[in-house]
Amino acid sequence: MPTLTIRDALNEALREEIIRDDNVFIMGEEVAEYDGAYKVTRGLWKEFGNKRVVDTPITELGFAALGVGAAMAGLRPVIEFMTMNFAVLASDQIINHAAKMSYMSDGQFNIPIVFRGPNGSAYQVSSQHSQAFEAFYANWPGLKVVMPATAADAKGLLKSAIRDDNPVLFLEQERMYGLKDDVPEDDDFTIPLGVADVKREGADCTVVARSMTVPLAMQAAEIAQKDLDVSVEVIDPRTIKPLDIDTIVESVKKTNRLVIAEESHAFASVGAEISHQVMENAFDYLDAPVFRISTAEAPMPYAKNLEELALPSVEKIIEGIKTVSYI
Amino acid sequence: MAKTTIPKTKKSTKRPARKNGAKVSATRNDDGSDKFDPVAAQAEYLKRKESQLESIKSTDADLLKEMLYQMVLGRVFEQKCAEVYRIGKIGGFCHLYIGQEAIAVGSQMALRETDYVITSYRDHVQAMVQGIEPEAVMAELYGKAGGNVGGKGGSMHMFSKEKNFFGGHGIVGGQIGIGTGMAYAQKYRGDDDVTLCFFGEAAVNQGIFHESLNMAQLWQIPCIYICENNRYGMGTSQSRAMSTRNIAKKAESYGVANEFVDGMDVMAVREATLRAIERGRKHSLPTLLEMRAYRFMGHSMSDPGKYRTTEEIKNFQTRDPIELFHESLAEAGIITEEEFEEIEARAKQKTQEAVEFSENSPLPDEAELFTGIYKD
Repeated sequence: MPTLTIRDALNEALREEIIRDDNVFIMGEEVAEYDGAYKVTRGLWKEFGNKRVVDTPITELGFAALGVGAAMAGLRPVIEFMTMNFAVLASDQIINHAAKMSYMSDGQFNIPIVFRGPNGSAYQVSSQHSQAFEAFYANWPGLKVVMPATAADAKGLLKSAIRDDNPVLFLEQERMYGLKDDVPEDDDFTIPLGVADVKREGADCTVVARSMTVPLAMQAAEIAQKDLDVSVEVIDPRTIKPLDIDTIVESVKKTNRLVIAEESHAFASVGAEISHQVMENAFDYLDAPVFRISTAEAPMPYAKNLEELALPSVEKIIEGIKTVSYI
Repeated sequence: MAKTTIPKTKKSTKRPARKNGAKVSATRNDDGSDKFDPVAAQAEYLKRKESQLESIKSTDADLLKEMLYQMVLGRVFEQKCAEVYRIGKIGGFCHLYIGQEAIAVGSQMALRETDYVITSYRDHVQAMVQGIEPEAVMAELYGKAGGNVGGKGGSMHMFSKEKNFFGGHGIVGGQIGIGTGMAYAQKYRGDDDVTLCFFGEAAVNQGIFHESLNMAQLWQIPCIYICENNRYGMGTSQSRAMSTRNIAKKAESYGVANEFVDGMDVMAVREATLRAIERGRKHSLPTLLEMRAYRFMGHSMSDPGKYRTTEEIKNFQTRDPIELFHESLAEAGIITEEEFEEIEARAKQKTQEAVEFSENSPLPDEAELFTGIYKD
């Protein structure tokens, strides 16, 4: 099985889906001649040309809307935002239009579209370039939200997202594009949306992590095992909406302890939702209050030390494991 | 229904001259202002009729009669909407089209069946001209199961995939970008179909208008942007909202072909649309048509209308697009008075049937709350 970076796994997924379906095209800022701001689309324009790989002006609302209209008319656009921060300009089209079109038209017009790009923090890019938007989009019926954390998941989930008949927010993470792991070599390798993955099995404490916090949780789990003799189960929901709450609840019923690690701010976050659903479904199984690690309740600062202080970390997750384990 | 093949037009395919006089409203000033002058209005009315009579000669008589019927049906239907809204049969917002009928009828009836249409929340008449049955439109307004979208959309959200009607959209200007994408898909597939994308003049102040026109010309997208300038964005007149009011000219900033059209003259609308269609089909180019009309009713049914005078409304009503077209067809010998009465009776009958259908249609089943959110 070849080892790929998340960047190259995404690139393979795009390439294979462009070949598979004539209606798939990718559109966004610098996706073509420049090879992608983060090189996710590297080589695709040279291989497929202007029709399938389309550079846009800096006009996020405009090309998002164009994508929605093209999807209504039967195409399968993949709209890349250079970062999800810029997608806020397009959120009128994503939330007011794409999310509602199927419902408002009583199922006549569905929107098979993927809105993708890096979500969350990078390295010292400050307040306007470091935001995590999953809760914002997950709030709306009609949208699906996907957040891969490994190369294999990135490839399999992106292929599923492109083949899905609904609008999908596919949230990547700039810090993670270079992470490597094994990816199955199969043009039809897909991972279904809405299915969580147990990244590490454990017996004493469940950590639910997504995107950037998955590798952090894996490290924390190793340390907890070694230093604290606590066996940690790490669960990555992979799809935020629809959320596979059953896998999380089953784990909590086994471990009786839950830590949630997320990169977004805490208030009204996906972690808050998971916490609520676990309370509804496994209240009697919890031996400690759910512990949550989120980004600090402040806009992201530039200074390196402050940025580190704001973000989740291995140490913070270990603290969470200790707290729920009463260590 | 309401679909025709495109007759060959004798007009030039090049950018039409906006200043040739014949198709440009006499009331249009360069700054877009529109002070009402009764003497000028009468002269304009006669000039408009003269122009209509000329166009009528080269158009199929059955098509002309169908156009008149669709305009009358649109008027009668919307009057009925106002009536039943007032007695609580319709909830929420209800934006009526009265006064603007020439625009939907003149432009949409110049399309062929494979072309696409999208519009704003003022969408009842566009939906019906596109072929959605009045029964389904009225039942949607009633929030009934027999409605066009089963009671999920209401007044602002009519849709028909079968009739290529891509909806009624409630966010001002949102559909301008979507229409651009629909036409992008037509070009992507290699069809020579076009998209008609309607919006009001107030939407021109939204960023999406400018983003869309830029993309459309940059990528040569065959979208026909029809700006229905009814002079008011809700209660704010165009002169209070737009620094430069010549909307057609704004298209020139993006290199988009444009034309100022008398939106009270259904034949002028038709001919301008045919020119734009040809530009779209043959050259895959966009066009912006600014169609000047007047909204005889309030913005919505809840509009108290304090921002304009009764006199202003009455003045504009003297230029009623339906009366004008009726007179022109009569003078040209296309219809008799009996035939016009028959058209009116048929429209009233159809509207009455729509009301009866809606009254008798059941409420949506409660299970419908959760259907259609996602496609499996």
